[in-house]
Amino acid sequence: MLQQLAGRCGPWLVGDGPESDIVVSTRIRLARNLAQFPFVRRCSPQDRAAIEKTIRDRFQNVEQLRQLIYIDVDELSDVDRQFLMERQLISRELAEGTGQRGVAIDPDERFSVMVNEEDHLRIQVMASGLNPQVAWEQINAIDDLIGQQVVYAFHRRLGYLTACPTNVGTGMRVSIMIHLPAMVMTEEIQRVFRSFQKMGLAVRGLYGEGTQPRGDFYQISNQITLGRSEKELIDQVVEVARVCIQWERRAREALLRSNDKSVQDAISRAYAILQTTHTISSEETMELLSRVRMGVSLGLIEDVPITVLNKLFIHTQPAHLQKIRGIRLDTSDRNVERASYLKEHLAKQR
Amino acid sequence: MKCQRCDKRATFHITELTGANGHKEIHLCEVCISSYLHDPASNKATSGTIQNVGPQAFKMAQTAEELAELDQKCCPVCGMAFYEFRQAGRLGCPHDYVCFERELEPLLGSIHGKTRHTGKTPRLGRVTTEAQTQLIRLRREMHEAVQCEDYERAGRLRDQIRRLEEQC
Ligand SMILES: [Zn+2]
Ligand SMILES: [Zn+2]
Repeated sequence: MLQQLAGRCGPWLVGDGPESDIVVSTRIRLARNLAQFPFVRRCSPQDRAAIEKTIRDRFQNVEQLRQLIYIDVDELSDVDRQFLMERQLISRELAEGTGQRGVAIDPDERFSVMVNEEDHLRIQVMASGLNPQVAWEQINAIDDLIGQQVVYAFHRRLGYLTACPTNVGTGMRVSIMIHLPAMVMTEEIQRVFRSFQKMGLAVRGLYGEGTQPRGDFYQISNQITLGRSEKELIDQVVEVARVCIQWERRAREALLRSNDKSVQDAISRAYAILQTTHTISSEETMELLSRVRMGVSLGLIEDVPITVLNKLFIHTQPAHLQKIRGIRLDTSDRNVERASYLKEHLAKQR
Repeated sequence: MKCQRCDKRATFHITELTGANGHKEIHLCEVCISSYLHDPASNKATSGTIQNVGPQAFKMAQTAEELAELDQKCCPVCGMAFYEFRQAGRLGCPHDYVCFERELEPLLGSIHGKTRHTGKTPRLGRVTTEAQTQLIRLRREMHEAVQCEDYERAGRLRDQIRRLEEQC
């Protein structure tokens, strides 16, 4: 199953969603718990097994849920866990956790349901570009299907009850992954940060292998989950995303208009390095791909579609490289393999 | 990764831009994030170690004695003591929202600004029943009985659990 996933990519990465020159994906997740079990951290091994069994059994009753592929994450190798994480099908917490836990994956990778993460269920939907409406309709329907099979922990005043009080209420986190290379270059990104903080929104960079944000990707998501409807929460995040899109577009235009050729130079150098290098780290790959991605959006690079770049961001990450090549590789072998993979896929375009 | 302000696990990763290409990584736990977001003055001092901010988040506990007393309070269903929540930042079971309601209220207010859910409700209106809550308690008691090798009690509890499970 994982081997099949390795060579492909999820539809959310295809890059045909609205605003996909700047917005990579829209993700919504819902935290849900079963009423008759303690929260995961306080579960005995028997409780965890019983939760998993309940979920898997009940999923069999519903056609749309029966076709999900269930993966026992506890049984997986480290590489496979990391692979699912790079793919954004599971969270870091589920990958690095312990005990009975798993994930049910839609064969088309449109959604996944994590079992025994911090909450009993973490339902997640991914859509390409800025697509909150589609993502919400889909996750709302899945939530209703599951909610007819199990009884959720729900409190009349506080809503859906979660292990952490920061998720209580709607249990919803909507995250928009956005690519802001021009704003990083022009240092305008600081303006974004100031306004985010005032609005109680969280922003984080997308991590590479290390802990530094790479590739100028940022994630905008809501912090508040209680006291507002799902629609209000989504609208607020989308509104901020739209402001970022506008600012990023303006920053890109300004960079293009300026007489200074340094931006064009940075973009074409990045492209040249990716096509000719013999060894390259995942961090540098993300930085350079980010520039090329902007170059494509600006029309400076015409021979590679954004889909291919979106895919390369994921496929050049450590576990993906190893799955695609079908062997375990240490860091220096990976860097060599990554360079040849990039060369292959960027050359194909010409 | 640990929270930069206390010893808990950091679940929030914020990248703050500090000017001229510099950025600062901020890693905070669920409890510290709310004071970070709501107290701009504290944002300056994210590096280095700052003492556990747990007690400050529960402003209603005025004195050390009151806090100590609150810390010992336990949930009758899952058995979690309040200090365990302060340490881990995670609750033990759904019933904690009921039995620690008064204690959680100021925290929920500081995290979310509001304390009443206005979003969707479960389809078919299926809400938590008393039987489901009791199942959590009975399973814990059975687990404890097995560990104490009190198999007679464990057997009685198991029968009770089976009966309740059929109702749920
Ligand atoms: Zn902390
Ligand atoms: Zn409890």
